Amino acid sequence: MEDRTILNRQLAQMLKGGVIMDVTTPEQARIAEAAGACAVMALERIPADIRAAGGVSRMSDPKMIKGIQQAVSIPVMAKCRIGHFAEAQILEAIEIDYIDESEVLSPADDIYHIDKRKFKVPFVCGAKDLGEALRRINEGATMIRTKGEPGTGDIIQAVRHMRLMQSEIRRLVGMAEDELYEAAKQLRVPYDLVQYVHENGKLPVVNFAAGGVATPADAALMMQLGAEGVFVGSGIFKSGNPEKRAQAIVKAVTNYNNPAILAELSEDLGEAMVGINESEIELLMAERGK
Amino acid sequence: MIAILALQGAFAEHELMLQRLGAETRLIRNLEDWNKTLPLKGVGRSGLVIPGGESTSMMRIMKDEGLFEPIREAILGGLPVLGTCAGLIMLDRNHLGVMDILAKRNAYGRQLGSFNAEEEFKGIGNVPMTFIRAPYIEEAGPDVEILATVDGKIVAARQANTLVTAFHPELTDDTRIHELFLSML
Repeated sequence: MEDRTILNRQLAQMLKGGVIMDVTTPEQARIAEAAGACAVMALERIPADIRAAGGVSRMSDPKMIKGIQQAVSIPVMAKCRIGHFAEAQILEAIEIDYIDESEVLSPADDIYHIDKRKFKVPFVCGAKDLGEALRRINEGATMIRTKGEPGTGDIIQAVRHMRLMQSEIRRLVGMAEDELYEAAKQLRVPYDLVQYVHENGKLPVVNFAAGGVATPADAALMMQLGAEGVFVGSGIFKSGNPEKRAQAIVKAVTNYNNPAILAELSEDLGEAMVGINESEIELLMAERGK
Repeated sequence: MIAILALQGAFAEHELMLQRLGAETRLIRNLEDWNKTLPLKGVGRSGLVIPGGESTSMMRIMKDEGLFEPIREAILGGLPVLGTCAGLIMLDRNHLGVMDILAKRNAYGRQLGSFNAEEEFKGIGNVPMTFIRAPYIEEAGPDVEILATVDGKIVAARQANTLVTAFHPELTDDTRIHELFLSML
């Protein structure tokens, strides 16, 4: 494997046990950093607003992203559209730390994802199941997250994706060696990745939870289900007291297995984002890009 | 018993490597965990590892959880500590203040500046070094022993019971730096 791919996987290892927060302004980025975020995702509109506004959603203005890069010392990520390698090239040119090839934006290609091995900067991609995760890794993604359903504040899809992925991993672990070829065929992924999961019981890259996380309890739930860290999009800056909620979610990820601490953290956080139930939404972003 | 600060970052990698070397480890996520490992503050064969991750994130949780003072006191009291990358930053003058060094954060720039090297480490020989958005030491006091440099910048140092590296020995298969740390207990 190339050195660069390994270094990029290793940056994701450094983010583990942390919270990556969506921010739209340098001011929000500073609040996120001070609250203990391990990275920020710079974007013009948070998913809840993208969902509300409708229309085509694209990569953010590089000037806006640069403003956030200057405001904080933690890693800065940004999103490009699925398959839009030119947007990715632009993000690489401004030395972004991680690119999220994201279903939150309108897909630019309904067949091909970006050939991420062509890039020096790392990519994180969303996945609903093990097959999607391994296909993205094969394309060069060095970090995976659940897709969840962004901008809803409803955790059900992230739970569904994480549970499915973990159960498929356990299934591969339990297989006989000679069953792995057929598994690779069914999952539509290369044999060597299937073999890695069979031997190690996990993905070859870090796996975070994303989509619908709104409370410390949501974050703890995802960590207990096997996430190695958490993305919080609309959940923080769409809530009544972003600063306090951000700090509480950061600490909930560290102490995800300690109900007494989680109870304390969940107190008095003000209004959570209102949220929309899965059944009330028309656009399922998780269905974009398979 | 090695306590590994597990507030955020790559603590599991240290845990694996130390267990491979036969050390007993305990993850410290909060003050209660720290207090349960109180006996290790009596020095003896105990140590503390502060892993790589984001130093701002770890600092924030450390202060809010009331871990900052007890950890600082234990190290000043002689508890051997290994700090890697963010862990190096945490031990410098501007953070825990237990080592007479000044760390330059993100000294090699953003992720595109991350790199691998192999350089001489004093007393060990050539070791592989992985730098991820790494710091280096820009100032070191007279009591600090410089253990390794890359391109003229200090990337590993020791002062009494403290050992720091700007790179990540826990990400390679080379166990010699962890062995050095265990020999300090």
